[in-house]
Amino acid sequence: MIWGYIIRRHPWGKLQLATPSSVLQVRVSAPDQTLYEKLWSSHVVRDYGDGAALVYIDRQLLHEVSSPQTFEGMRVSRRPVRRPATHLTVVDHAVPTRDRDKPIADPLAREQVSLLAANAQEFGLSHFSLKDPRQGIVHVIGPELGFTLPGMTLVCSDSHTSTHGAFGALAFGIGASESEAVLATQTLRQTRAKTMKVCITGRLSRGVGAKDLVLALIGRLGSAGAVGHAIEYAGEAVRRMSMEARMTLCNMSIEAGARTGLIAPDETTFAYLDGRPMAPKGELWKAALAHWRTLFSDPDAAFDKTVTLEASTLAPQATWGTSPDQTAPVNACTPDPASAETEADRRKIERALAYMGLAPRTPLSEVAIDNVFIGSCTNGRIEDLRAAAGLIKGRRIAPHVTAIAVPGSGQVKRQAEAEGLDLIFLDAGFQWRDAGCSLCVAMNNDRLPAGARCASTSNRNFEGRQGVGARTHLMSPISAAAAAIAGHIADPRDYL
Amino acid sequence: MESFSRLTGRAAPLRAANVDTDIIFPARFLLITSKRGLGRYAFYEWRYGPDGKARPDFVLNRPEFEGAEILVAGDNFGCGSSREQAPWALRDLGVRCVISTSFGEIFFANCFKNGMLPVVVTPDQLQALMADAEAGSPIEVDLKAQEVRRRDGGFISFPVEPWRRDALLHGWDEIAIVLNQDGDAIAAFEQSQRAAKPWLYHGE
Repeated sequence: MIWGYIIRRHPWGKLQLATPSSVLQVRVSAPDQTLYEKLWSSHVVRDYGDGAALVYIDRQLLHEVSSPQTFEGMRVSRRPVRRPATHLTVVDHAVPTRDRDKPIADPLAREQVSLLAANAQEFGLSHFSLKDPRQGIVHVIGPELGFTLPGMTLVCSDSHTSTHGAFGALAFGIGASESEAVLATQTLRQTRAKTMKVCITGRLSRGVGAKDLVLALIGRLGSAGAVGHAIEYAGEAVRRMSMEARMTLCNMSIEAGARTGLIAPDETTFAYLDGRPMAPKGELWKAALAHWRTLFSDPDAAFDKTVTLEASTLAPQATWGTSPDQTAPVNACTPDPASAETEADRRKIERALAYMGLAPRTPLSEVAIDNVFIGSCTNGRIEDLRAAAGLIKGRRIAPHVTAIAVPGSGQVKRQAEAEGLDLIFLDAGFQWRDAGCSLCVAMNNDRLPAGARCASTSNRNFEGRQGVGARTHLMSPISAAAAAIAGHIADPRDYL
Repeated sequence: MESFSRLTGRAAPLRAANVDTDIIFPARFLLITSKRGLGRYAFYEWRYGPDGKARPDFVLNRPEFEGAEILVAGDNFGCGSSREQAPWALRDLGVRCVISTSFGEIFFANCFKNGMLPVVVTPDQLQALMADAEAGSPIEVDLKAQEVRRRDGGFISFPVEPWRRDALLHGWDEIAIVLNQDGDAIAAFEQSQRAAKPWLYHGE
């Protein structure tokens, strides 16, 4: 307990002692708090001491792949869902991205997709099936529907749940067992995270975006550099970002090991949410807005760690290895294991280069690619498709390249088609698909063969992520578009 | 839930760092909707060649480490995806304890829900335990004492959050405990939140 009193925050943002006597109502000069601490303390149901607490969960997203065992657990224990209205179920991971008019060919995927519909019905939860116009990737549809709101706690049995932190929601990935706990109790036992402020000063230069920024950050922190921390992104470059860009940034926080990523909500956030189907309306909107305006780190709030990046110095990035922290500017070379600082680093680099089939000190711009994937919860939003389409307009992909554009949701797809982006992709030689996770997780029939090399806007370049033996280079949508045209990793600034 | 208190045995050394949950349990097997019998898919690409034959050099295929209950692993074990299939598959293989310098946090939390103990040690301690594992020297892990004991008499203390330790030691059903002990507190929280933030309850 921070103040030794029970304190409630009223919708108009004033602190008040929770006693019946208005005499005691005072403005408490609270110690400065980080955004994370505000979100945490406003959701503590019971404090166990030493930073551990029972934390209230406001919303949960569920998808077909991580939920079957969760629902089975609920059935076995014969427990009801505590607040069915707070959960949303949608199919995204295992769904095909073409031939949607036909039954799903893979019998296991077909069964899993229909199992989620059956489970949602049995437990009284909202469900977006493959036929629903709102279907899409969990982390794309939550925000676009206004299901995700500032100040909430939001979980999903999916590690990229940190995406929703872009709205100033405390959002994090959980396991299937924890998901069951949320269905049954609306709470989770948690230990408070440490806080890390990532301050991004200056402005991103032309051709450099949120994806480049987050890859450069992960490269600097390392893939376990933020373990135990909640990252808050701040600074001029972040304030100037659209919600789509902020989601890209928060989405990949997990790739540095962070528990979540956060951005304080501002006018950009509120403008994005205003009028969304599930966002509050009328008086509720006004009350919510007043609360949301209190969601920022106080000026003197102390962070456990602070990292500063100057945006203007960054170049477009591409990963060269099998961990998202193995990244370099597109105009740089693969590293030389011989110059690694430690034996462990040397082994890591050697192993990654061997899997990737790359020699040390190879210029990335000489790395030929044969596949391109534009999509995913990291970069499958309308702004990503616009950026990529802007680069490829009037050009053709290299003859040996297979390229697919997969919108993050049905709504993104319709919007893109209304803007004519689909035709730009098709004219350039891309395939234009239906919404889903697709080649980011390669669980549907979008899989690459061994040895294939893909320029991908997704979030993980792990061994086998896009298919057994397939090789992934993570990059931004415009860098992937440039690679599609060039047939090798390329600097998108040469095409703008 | 399965409890864990103490175990002694040979540990399997897995030196690679950043062993992600895609390596531990490849995504294509996530289409299986059961949580049982998943051990056969654990580390699939590392255990088996493209011809389906076991790779003799992979640590868990070496006869001396067959059935090892302890895994000593490189930094950042279990990073990446939240899939609980990773601990389910390891548990099905017989693994009950993983020792590393750090873990993917969702994997770390998932272990405790499945009778498994992830132990965080320093890089130096990991090197010592890795050497023990490679030498076939048994290791004892004691959750109650929060100690890893080596055959040479040395011991390593490790931290565990008390709420996780107690649940694992007793094999508690945490959902039942929360509902029994904190049901009223949850209801009171909801009442107060509904008054303060009615937009979160709209339509309910």
